[in-house]
Amino acid sequence: MLEFRDVSFRYPEDAQSMMEHLNFQVEDGDFVSIIGASGCGKSTVFRLINGLEQMQGGQIFVDGKPIQTLQQYSAFMPQKDLLFPWRTIAQNICLPMELAHIPKAEQAKRCTEVLEQVGLSQYRDKYPKDLSGGMKQRVAFARTLLAGADLLLLDEPFSALDYLTRVDMQEWLLHQWEHYHKTILFITHDVEEAIFLSKRILVIQDRPFRDMEDVRVPLAYPRNREDLKRADIVELKENLIEKLRRSVNV
Amino acid sequence: MKKHLPAFVLALVLLLVWQGIAMLIDAAYILPSPTQICVRLWELREPLFLVHLPATMSVTAIGLLISVVLGVGLAIAMDANPKIERALYPVIVASQTIPTTAIAPLFILWFGYSIWSKVLVTILMTFFPIAITVFDGFKATKREMEELLRTYGATKRDIFWKLKLPTALPNFFSAIKMAIPLSVIGAAIAEWLGAQEGLGYFSKRMMTQLDGAGVFAPVVLLSIVAMLAVGIVTVIEYKCIQWRKEL
Repeated sequence: MLEFRDVSFRYPEDAQSMMEHLNFQVEDGDFVSIIGASGCGKSTVFRLINGLEQMQGGQIFVDGKPIQTLQQYSAFMPQKDLLFPWRTIAQNICLPMELAHIPKAEQAKRCTEVLEQVGLSQYRDKYPKDLSGGMKQRVAFARTLLAGADLLLLDEPFSALDYLTRVDMQEWLLHQWEHYHKTILFITHDVEEAIFLSKRILVIQDRPFRDMEDVRVPLAYPRNREDLKRADIVELKENLIEKLRRSVNV
Repeated sequence: MKKHLPAFVLALVLLLVWQGIAMLIDAAYILPSPTQICVRLWELREPLFLVHLPATMSVTAIGLLISVVLGVGLAIAMDANPKIERALYPVIVASQTIPTTAIAPLFILWFGYSIWSKVLVTILMTFFPIAITVFDGFKATKREMEELLRTYGATKRDIFWKLKLPTALPNFFSAIKMAIPLSVIGAAIAEWLGAQEGLGYFSKRMMTQLDGAGVFAPVVLLSIVAMLAVGIVTVIEYKCIQWRKEL
């Protein structure tokens, strides 16, 4: 379980805090999205969890332990695939395991399994330049999976893809989540994407933000795109868009 | 081949113009024609290829090798520690303001006519572009890639070997391609100023004999060797870093 307890943070160059005394929790195995206007601090939440930024107050816990005492408790997938062009697909996927000094034989075994699961076995010895945008994101996801953490932080991973690929990738991601039972925290600008994927949606509306509105998505898994046409879901979508509009105008 | 055609055509035109002017002046000791230079190159082939070319190439190769080690070493040190960067960078830049031709005789005073006086001139001319270009390569590492590695628990050492070094490879090859002609020039200048063998020395000797074609022959040979070396490095670069455009 991930827990933010009274977390406060301000970038040194900013006059205003990004967040003050922020509290929220994400249960094990949940799929939770964070939405909010550009620059509201969504990615900062991830940077704090990753330890790339140091909070000025409060504490972040994973499974009840402060993150400072933990290693490899989360795995991050950024918006860009950030695959290393000099490494093959298999070598890119193995990178987190290499850094964790996992034996080569074990790396190869896990790599083969995950490549099979993401449907890219035949590309293991290819280079990123040989893959389409959607395939690269699948490789990046596979790399994230093999970082060995149960908490995955996905920062707008599909935003650079065209609409049809994005829709395919959303369905693919849900399938992977159901298969691996990981906890996913997902940042997106796209309200429909958040509704389709998540159990809960956390909405950032203010700056600095002290809490995030917690919205439950009234849809069961496995999901179907047709569900998005239901009257209550359309209403939810409109409500969320309205909240975001208001936050932009504040 | 097609992409090199404009260069070939331009070179051919320039050679024809040169040939025309040289024939018009008709004084080989002032301006020898390309054909006269080729003939002289053939006539002098034994001393040029068997004695002076190996001497110059030894200076060039040793100087280049030391420059690569020194340049890359300085780049790594500056990248690893901002304090070292602040201390070294101005000194490295200042070293390039020293006029090589003025200081080379001093090296001859220190090291005599041994190979090391000439190697030192070569190093002075080549370590700078290597150090600065490779350092820029390290600096060009994408911050987001570095942060991604940090989220995987990478140490500074991991980040250097797995990210910075490959990222700087294109710069390294560019540096080598810049350094090769400079090292050849450095060796030739050093030989001009004081040597007992080498293409620079040979060219100077021909000058004292008012042998215009003989002055040009070793210069042409130096250019060909430098172009060949750059060509070989370009082929290796192409084989090693086909991903260059993906960065």
